[in-house]
Amino acid sequence: MSYMDKTTGIPEQGITPPIPDTGEMPDREWRKDDKTLTNAELTLEEQDWFCDARPTPAKPAWGPVEKFYNWARANSLWILAFGTGCGAIELRPLVTARYDISRLGMQPRPTPRQASVFMIGGYVSIKTLKRIVRSYEQMQGPKFVVAVCSCAINGGMYWDSYNTVKRIDQYIPVDVYVTGCMPRPEAVMAGFSKLKELILAGKAEGQNLYAEKFDWYKANQKQVIKDWNMPDYNW
Amino acid sequence: MKELYDTISLQFTLKDFHQQKPNLAFATAEKQQLIALLTYMRDVHRYTHLVFVTAVDWLEENRFQITYMLHNYDIKADFGIRVMLDRDKPVMESIHHLWEQGRVYQRELHEMFGIDFPGSPGVNEPMILEGWQGPPVMRRDFDTAKYSLETYDHRPRDTREPESHMKEKLYPED
Repeated sequence: MSYMDKTTGIPEQGITPPIPDTGEMPDREWRKDDKTLTNAELTLEEQDWFCDARPTPAKPAWGPVEKFYNWARANSLWILAFGTGCGAIELRPLVTARYDISRLGMQPRPTPRQASVFMIGGYVSIKTLKRIVRSYEQMQGPKFVVAVCSCAINGGMYWDSYNTVKRIDQYIPVDVYVTGCMPRPEAVMAGFSKLKELILAGKAEGQNLYAEKFDWYKANQKQVIKDWNMPDYNW
Repeated sequence: MKELYDTISLQFTLKDFHQQKPNLAFATAEKQQLIALLTYMRDVHRYTHLVFVTAVDWLEENRFQITYMLHNYDIKADFGIRVMLDRDKPVMESIHHLWEQGRVYQRELHEMFGIDFPGSPGVNEPMILEGWQGPPVMRRDFDTAKYSLETYDHRPRDTREPESHMKEKLYPED
Protein backbone atom coordinates (compact mmCIF):
# COMPACT_ATOMS: atom_id res chain seq x y z
CA MET A 1 0.00 0.00 0.00
CA SER A 2 1.33 3.38 -0.90
CA TYR A 3 1.13 6.63 0.97
CA MET A 4 -2.13 8.56 0.54
CA ASP A 5 -2.28 12.29 -0.09
CA LYS A 6 -4.59 13.64 2.62
CA THR A 7 -6.25 16.34 0.49
CA THR A 8 -6.91 14.37 -2.69
CA GLY A 9 -6.90 10.78 -1.49
CA ILE A 10 -4.76 9.83 -4.47
CA PRO A 11 -1.88 7.49 -3.66
CA GLU A 12 1.43 9.29 -4.16
CA GLN A 13 4.07 7.48 -6.09
CA GLY A 14 7.56 6.93 -4.85
CA ILE A 15 6.99 7.71 -1.16
CA THR A 16 7.48 4.83 1.23
CA PRO A 17 5.15 4.80 4.21
CA PRO A 18 6.74 5.46 7.58
CA ILE A 19 7.38 2.53 9.86
CA PRO A 20 4.64 2.49 12.47
CA ASP A 21 5.91 3.22 15.98
CA THR A 22 4.91 0.24 18.08
CA GLY A 23 6.90 1.39 21.11
CA GLU A 24 9.19 -1.61 20.96
CA MET A 25 12.88 -0.97 21.33
CA PRO A 26 15.41 -2.85 19.22
CA ASP A 27 17.03 -5.92 20.66
CA ARG A 28 20.00 -5.10 22.83
CA GLU A 29 21.10 -8.60 23.72
CA TRP A 30 24.23 -8.20 21.61
CA ARG A 31 25.50 -5.59 24.04
CA LYS A 32 25.78 -7.98 26.92
CA ASP A 33 29.20 -9.40 26.14
CA ASP A 34 32.60 -8.63 27.57
CA LYS A 35 33.66 -6.19 24.92
CA THR A 36 30.89 -3.65 25.28
CA LEU A 37 29.56 -1.68 28.20
CA THR A 38 25.97 -2.01 29.27
CA ASN A 39 25.30 1.56 30.47
CA ALA A 40 22.70 -0.20 32.57
CA GLU A 41 21.97 2.80 34.80
CA LEU A 42 20.72 4.86 31.87
CA THR A 43 17.28 4.65 30.34
CA LEU A 44 16.87 2.91 27.02
CA GLU A 45 16.60 6.23 25.21
CA GLU A 46 19.73 7.58 26.88
CA GLN A 47 21.63 4.41 26.02
CA ASP A 48 21.27 5.35 22.37
CA TRP A 49 23.03 8.67 22.96
CA PHE A 50 26.31 7.16 24.14
CA CYS A 51 28.77 4.75 22.64
CA ASP A 52 29.32 1.53 24.55
CA ALA A 53 32.90 0.72 23.63
CA ARG A 54 35.38 -0.03 26.37
CA PRO A 55 38.66 1.86 26.71
CA THR A 56 41.61 0.02 25.25
CA PRO A 57 45.25 0.41 26.23
CA ALA A 58 47.27 2.39 23.69
CA LYS A 59 50.20 0.52 22.20
CA PRO A 60 53.50 2.42 22.20
CA ALA A 61 55.01 3.32 18.84
CA TRP A 62 58.37 2.10 17.55
CA GLY A 63 61.12 2.99 20.06
CA PRO A 64 62.67 6.25 18.80
CA VAL A 65 59.32 7.50 17.57
CA GLU A 66 57.77 6.88 20.98
CA LYS A 67 60.65 8.75 22.56
CA PHE A 68 59.97 11.70 20.32
CA TYR A 69 56.28 11.51 21.16
CA ASN A 70 57.09 11.48 24.86
CA TRP A 71 59.37 14.47 24.46
CA ALA A 72 56.56 16.34 22.75
CA ARG A 73 54.03 15.29 25.39
CA ALA A 74 56.31 16.34 28.23
CA ASN A 75 56.79 19.81 26.78
CA SER A 76 53.18 20.69 26.12
CA LEU A 77 51.35 19.86 29.33
CA TRP A 78 48.02 21.60 29.27
CA ILE A 79 46.23 21.66 32.59
CA LEU A 80 42.51 21.21 32.96
CA ALA A 81 41.41 24.24 34.95
CA PHE A 82 39.08 22.33 37.25
CA GLY A 83 39.73 22.98 40.89
CA THR A 84 38.28 20.29 43.10
CA GLY A 85 39.33 21.68 46.46
CA CYS A 86 41.32 24.42 48.10
CA GLY A 87 44.39 23.37 46.09
CA ALA A 88 42.86 25.00 43.05
CA ILE A 89 43.87 28.36 44.48
CA GLU A 90 47.48 27.40 43.80
CA LEU A 91 46.80 27.41 40.08
CA ARG A 92 46.43 31.20 40.12
CA PRO A 93 49.95 32.04 41.30
CA LEU A 94 51.24 29.26 39.05
CA VAL A 95 49.86 30.73 35.85
CA THR A 96 50.37 34.38 36.71
CA ALA A 97 53.53 36.44 36.49
CA ARG A 98 55.46 35.32 39.54
CA TYR A 99 55.70 31.58 38.90
CA ASP A 100 54.60 31.76 35.25
CA ILE A 101 54.39 28.12 34.19
CA SER A 102 53.86 29.01 30.55
CA ARG A 103 57.66 29.19 30.32
CA LEU A 104 57.56 25.43 30.97
CA GLY A 105 55.11 24.89 28.15
CA MET A 106 52.11 24.59 30.42
CA GLN A 107 48.86 26.49 30.44
CA PRO A 108 45.36 26.03 31.79
CA ARG A 109 42.64 25.00 29.40
CA PRO A 110 38.94 25.56 29.93
CA THR A 111 37.72 22.23 28.58
CA PRO A 112 38.73 18.60 29.15
CA ARG A 113 38.91 18.02 25.41
CA GLN A 114 41.99 20.24 25.17
CA ALA A 115 43.73 19.29 28.39
CA SER A 116 46.28 16.59 29.09
CA VAL A 117 46.97 17.05 32.81
CA PHE A 118 44.28 16.79 35.46
CA MET A 119 45.32 18.50 38.67
CA ILE A 120 43.28 17.17 41.59
CA GLY A 121 43.52 20.06 44.01
CA GLY A 122 42.59 18.86 47.45
CA TYR A 123 39.72 17.01 49.04
CA VAL A 124 37.34 15.12 46.80
CA SER A 125 33.75 14.88 47.90
CA ILE A 126 31.37 12.36 46.35
CA LYS A 127 29.63 15.05 44.35
CA THR A 128 32.99 16.23 43.01
CA LEU A 129 34.18 12.71 42.32
CA LYS A 130 31.31 12.31 39.92
CA ARG A 131 32.48 15.36 37.98
CA ILE A 132 36.10 14.25 38.20
CA VAL A 133 35.34 10.88 36.66
CA ARG A 134 33.30 12.57 33.97
CA SER A 135 36.00 15.12 33.18
CA TYR A 136 38.79 12.55 33.27
CA GLU A 137 37.00 10.29 30.83
CA GLN A 138 36.29 13.21 28.53
CA MET A 139 39.98 14.12 28.35
CA GLN A 140 41.71 12.85 25.26
CA GLY A 141 44.77 10.68 25.63
CA PRO A 142 47.56 10.79 26.51
CA LYS A 143 46.42 12.15 29.85
CA PHE A 144 48.05 12.42 33.23
CA VAL A 145 46.86 13.11 36.76
CA VAL A 146 48.69 15.12 39.41
CA ALA A 147 47.09 14.94 42.85
CA VAL A 148 47.95 17.89 45.03
CA CYS A 149 47.46 18.29 48.81
CA SER A 150 47.30 15.74 51.59
CA CYS A 151 43.53 15.32 51.31
CA ALA A 152 43.85 13.68 47.92
CA ILE A 153 46.48 11.30 49.29
CA ASN A 154 44.90 9.97 52.47
CA GLY A 155 41.94 12.15 53.29
CA GLY A 156 43.97 14.66 55.28
CA MET A 157 41.92 16.55 57.80
CA TYR A 158 38.78 15.02 56.27
CA TRP A 159 39.79 11.48 57.19
CA ASP A 160 36.60 11.04 59.22
CA SER A 161 34.26 12.84 56.84
CA TYR A 162 31.21 10.99 55.61
CA ASN A 163 31.32 12.59 52.20
CA THR A 164 34.98 12.63 51.19
CA VAL A 165 36.89 9.84 49.48
CA LYS A 166 40.20 9.06 51.14
CA ARG A 167 42.27 7.72 48.26
CA ILE A 168 41.76 9.28 44.88
CA ASP A 169 43.97 6.62 43.26
CA GLN A 170 41.20 4.08 43.77
CA TYR A 171 38.93 5.99 41.43
CA ILE A 172 41.25 7.40 38.77
CA PRO A 173 44.92 6.55 38.21
CA VAL A 174 47.36 9.08 39.65
CA ASP A 175 50.84 9.66 38.25
CA VAL A 176 52.33 12.13 40.73
CA TYR A 177 51.37 13.13 44.27
CA VAL A 178 52.39 16.45 45.77
CA THR A 179 52.24 16.53 49.56
CA GLY A 180 51.46 19.55 51.67
CA CYS A 181 48.53 21.47 53.01
CA MET A 182 48.80 23.62 51.01
CA PRO A 183 51.84 22.85 48.88
CA ARG A 184 53.72 25.94 47.85
CA PRO A 185 53.74 26.76 44.12
CA GLU A 186 57.35 25.64 44.05
CA ALA A 187 56.27 22.21 45.30
CA VAL A 188 53.55 21.98 42.66
CA MET A 189 56.09 22.94 40.00
CA ALA A 190 58.44 20.27 41.34
CA GLY A 191 55.59 17.81 40.98
CA PHE A 192 55.08 18.83 37.38
CA SER A 193 58.82 18.46 36.76
CA LYS A 194 58.60 14.96 38.19
CA LEU A 195 55.69 14.27 35.87
CA LYS A 196 57.83 15.43 32.94
CA GLU A 197 60.57 13.02 33.97
CA LEU A 198 58.06 10.19 34.16
CA ILE A 199 56.66 11.01 30.74
CA LEU A 200 60.14 11.21 29.21
CA ALA A 201 60.97 7.85 30.76
CA GLY A 202 57.72 6.40 29.43
CA LYS A 203 56.42 5.59 32.91
CA ALA A 204 53.36 7.86 33.07
CA GLU A 205 50.96 5.17 31.94
CA GLY A 206 47.92 6.05 34.02
CA GLN A 207 45.65 6.08 31.03
CA ASN A 208 46.62 2.54 30.06
CA LEU A 209 46.27 1.43 33.66
CA TYR A 210 42.75 2.85 33.68
CA ALA A 211 41.93 0.88 30.54
CA GLU A 212 43.44 -2.34 31.86
CA LYS A 213 41.84 -2.20 35.30
CA PHE A 214 38.69 -0.53 34.02
CA ASP A 215 36.29 -2.86 35.80
CA TRP A 216 38.07 -2.38 39.12
CA TYR A 217 38.01 1.41 38.83
CA LYS A 218 34.39 1.40 37.70
CA ALA A 219 33.33 -0.85 40.57
CA ASN A 220 35.07 1.45 43.06
CA GLN A 221 33.41 4.50 41.55
CA LYS A 222 29.97 2.96 41.59
CA GLN A 223 30.45 1.83 45.16
CA VAL A 224 30.55 5.39 46.46
CA ILE A 225 28.54 7.26 43.81
CA LYS A 226 25.11 6.00 44.71
CA ASP A 227 23.10 7.96 42.11
CA TRP A 228 25.03 6.87 39.04
CA ASN A 229 23.23 8.38 36.06
CA MET A 230 26.15 8.57 33.65
CA PRO A 231 27.32 6.35 30.82
CA ASP A 232 30.00 3.88 31.83
CA TYR A 233 32.80 5.30 29.74
CA ASN A 234 32.12 7.13 26.51
CA TRP A 235 30.77 10.65 26.30
CA MET B 1 15.95 45.50 73.10
CA LYS B 2 14.12 44.67 76.30
CA GLU B 3 11.45 47.22 75.34
CA LEU B 4 10.97 45.45 72.04
CA TYR B 5 10.66 42.14 73.84
CA ASP B 6 8.06 43.57 76.21
CA THR B 7 6.12 45.03 73.30
CA ILE B 8 6.05 41.74 71.40
CA SER B 9 5.13 39.88 74.56
CA LEU B 10 1.83 41.75 74.66
CA GLN B 11 0.73 39.84 71.58
CA PHE B 12 2.84 36.67 71.49
CA THR B 13 3.97 34.08 74.01
CA LEU B 14 7.70 34.58 74.41
CA LYS B 15 10.17 33.36 76.98
CA ASP B 16 13.90 32.99 77.64
CA PHE B 17 14.89 36.52 76.72
CA HIS B 18 18.64 36.80 76.42
CA GLN B 19 20.45 39.99 75.50
CA GLN B 20 23.85 39.03 74.25
CA LYS B 21 25.03 42.42 73.02
CA PRO B 22 23.44 45.90 73.00
CA ASN B 23 22.14 45.21 69.49
CA LEU B 24 21.68 41.43 69.63
CA ALA B 25 19.00 39.57 71.55
CA PHE B 26 17.28 36.19 71.48
CA ALA B 27 13.88 34.95 72.55
CA THR B 28 12.04 31.65 72.33
CA ALA B 29 8.65 31.62 70.65
CA GLU B 30 5.83 29.15 70.34
CA LYS B 31 5.85 26.96 67.26
CA GLN B 32 2.26 27.76 66.29
CA GLN B 33 2.81 31.53 66.55
CA LEU B 34 6.03 31.69 64.59
CA ILE B 35 4.75 32.73 61.17
CA ALA B 36 2.57 35.44 62.69
CA LEU B 37 5.46 36.61 64.84
CA LEU B 38 7.90 36.78 61.93
CA THR B 39 5.38 38.68 59.83
CA TYR B 40 4.75 41.07 62.70
CA MET B 41 8.49 41.61 63.21
CA ARG B 42 9.03 42.18 59.53
CA ASP B 43 6.11 44.50 58.80
CA VAL B 44 5.68 46.43 62.04
CA HIS B 45 9.10 46.52 63.68
CA ARG B 46 11.01 46.69 60.39
CA TYR B 47 13.18 43.63 60.96
CA THR B 48 13.11 43.22 57.21
CA HIS B 49 16.23 41.14 56.61
CA LEU B 50 16.42 37.39 57.23
CA VAL B 51 20.06 36.84 58.14
CA PHE B 52 19.96 33.07 58.48
CA VAL B 53 17.94 30.09 59.57
CA THR B 54 19.84 27.44 61.45
CA ALA B 55 19.16 24.47 63.67
CA VAL B 56 20.63 22.96 66.82
CA ASP B 57 20.25 19.33 67.77
CA TRP B 58 19.53 19.01 71.49
CA LEU B 59 19.91 15.26 71.60
CA GLU B 60 19.62 14.88 75.38
CA GLU B 61 16.40 16.91 75.53
CA ASN B 62 15.09 15.13 72.40
CA ARG B 63 14.31 18.29 70.45
CA PHE B 64 15.52 20.50 67.64
CA GLN B 65 15.97 24.23 67.95
CA ILE B 66 15.51 26.39 64.86
CA THR B 67 16.81 29.93 65.07
CA TYR B 68 15.54 32.66 62.76
CA MET B 69 17.87 35.65 62.83
CA LEU B 70 16.34 38.96 61.75
CA HIS B 71 18.06 42.27 61.12
CA ASN B 72 16.80 45.81 61.32
CA TYR B 73 18.62 48.13 58.96
CA ASP B 74 17.26 51.29 60.62
CA ILE B 75 18.70 50.73 64.09
CA LYS B 76 21.26 48.09 63.04
CA ALA B 77 20.03 45.48 65.49
CA ASP B 78 19.59 41.72 65.28
CA PHE B 79 16.84 39.71 66.89
CA GLY B 80 16.99 35.93 66.98
CA ILE B 81 13.80 33.94 67.40
CA ARG B 82 14.15 30.35 68.59
CA VAL B 83 11.59 27.62 68.10
CA MET B 84 11.71 24.20 69.71
CA LEU B 85 10.58 21.14 67.75
CA ASP B 86 9.95 17.57 68.78
CA ARG B 87 12.93 15.55 67.63
CA ASP B 88 10.87 12.48 66.82
CA LYS B 89 8.57 14.40 64.47
CA PRO B 90 10.50 17.41 63.17
CA VAL B 91 8.05 19.34 61.01
CA MET B 92 8.01 23.11 60.75
CA GLU B 93 6.05 25.64 58.75
CA SER B 94 7.75 27.14 55.74
CA ILE B 95 8.69 30.82 55.61
CA HIS B 96 9.43 31.00 51.89
CA HIS B 97 6.46 33.32 51.36
CA LEU B 98 7.96 35.87 53.77
CA TRP B 99 11.54 35.69 52.52
CA GLU B 100 12.22 33.97 49.22
CA GLN B 101 15.70 32.92 50.32
CA GLY B 102 14.20 31.00 53.22
CA ARG B 103 13.64 28.03 50.99
CA VAL B 104 17.39 27.57 50.53
CA TYR B 105 17.91 27.40 54.28
CA GLN B 106 14.98 25.04 54.62
CA ARG B 107 16.33 22.79 51.91
CA GLU B 108 19.63 22.66 53.72
CA LEU B 109 18.00 21.94 57.08
CA HIS B 110 15.98 19.17 55.49
CA GLU B 111 19.12 17.59 54.12
CA MET B 112 21.36 18.07 57.13
CA PHE B 113 18.92 17.57 60.04
CA GLY B 114 15.97 15.84 58.42
CA ILE B 115 13.60 18.64 59.44
CA ASP B 116 10.68 18.75 57.05
CA PHE B 117 9.16 21.97 55.73
CA PRO B 118 6.02 21.00 53.81
CA GLY B 119 5.23 23.35 50.93
CA SER B 120 8.71 24.81 50.61
CA PRO B 121 9.73 24.69 46.93
CA GLY B 122 12.30 22.02 46.14
CA VAL B 123 12.80 21.06 49.76
CA ASN B 124 13.28 17.39 48.93
CA GLU B 125 15.98 17.94 46.32
CA PRO B 126 19.55 17.16 47.36
CA MET B 127 21.63 20.24 47.97
CA ILE B 128 25.19 19.01 48.40
CA LEU B 129 24.76 15.32 49.20
CA GLU B 130 23.83 13.80 45.86
CA GLY B 131 22.53 10.28 46.17
CA TRP B 132 22.91 10.22 49.93
CA GLN B 133 21.25 7.17 51.43
CA GLY B 134 22.28 7.39 55.06
CA PRO B 135 20.69 9.31 57.93
CA PRO B 136 20.73 13.14 58.06
CA VAL B 137 24.35 13.91 58.66
CA MET B 138 24.27 16.79 61.12
CA ARG B 139 22.25 14.89 63.68
CA ARG B 140 24.41 14.22 66.67
CA ASP B 141 23.64 10.52 66.82
CA PHE B 142 25.22 10.02 63.38
CA ASP B 143 28.79 8.82 63.90
CA THR B 144 30.67 10.23 60.92
CA ALA B 145 34.04 8.67 61.76
CA LYS B 146 32.47 5.22 62.04
CA TYR B 147 30.63 5.71 58.76
CA SER B 148 33.83 6.86 57.07
CA LEU B 149 35.81 3.87 58.30
CA GLU B 150 33.10 1.48 57.17
CA THR B 151 32.44 3.05 53.77
CA TYR B 152 35.78 4.23 52.42
CA ASP B 153 39.09 2.50 52.05
CA HIS B 154 41.74 4.30 54.05
CA ARG B 155 45.35 4.40 53.04
CA PRO B 156 47.45 2.43 55.54
CA ARG B 157 49.64 4.72 57.53
CA ASP B 158 53.26 4.31 58.47
CA THR B 159 53.98 6.51 61.48
CA ARG B 160 57.40 7.04 62.92
CA GLU B 161 58.52 8.76 66.07
CA PRO B 162 60.82 11.54 64.83
CA GLU B 163 63.42 11.16 67.53
CA SER B 164 63.94 7.41 67.26
CA HIS B 165 63.63 7.49 63.47
CA MET B 166 66.36 10.08 63.04
CA LYS B 167 68.51 8.28 65.58
CA GLU B 168 68.25 5.07 63.56
CA LYS B 169 68.90 6.92 60.35
CA LEU B 170 71.87 9.00 61.49
CA TYR B 171 73.49 6.75 64.10
CA PRO B 172 72.53 3.19 63.18
CA GLU B 173 75.40 1.64 65.17
CA ASP B 174 74.26 3.08 68.53
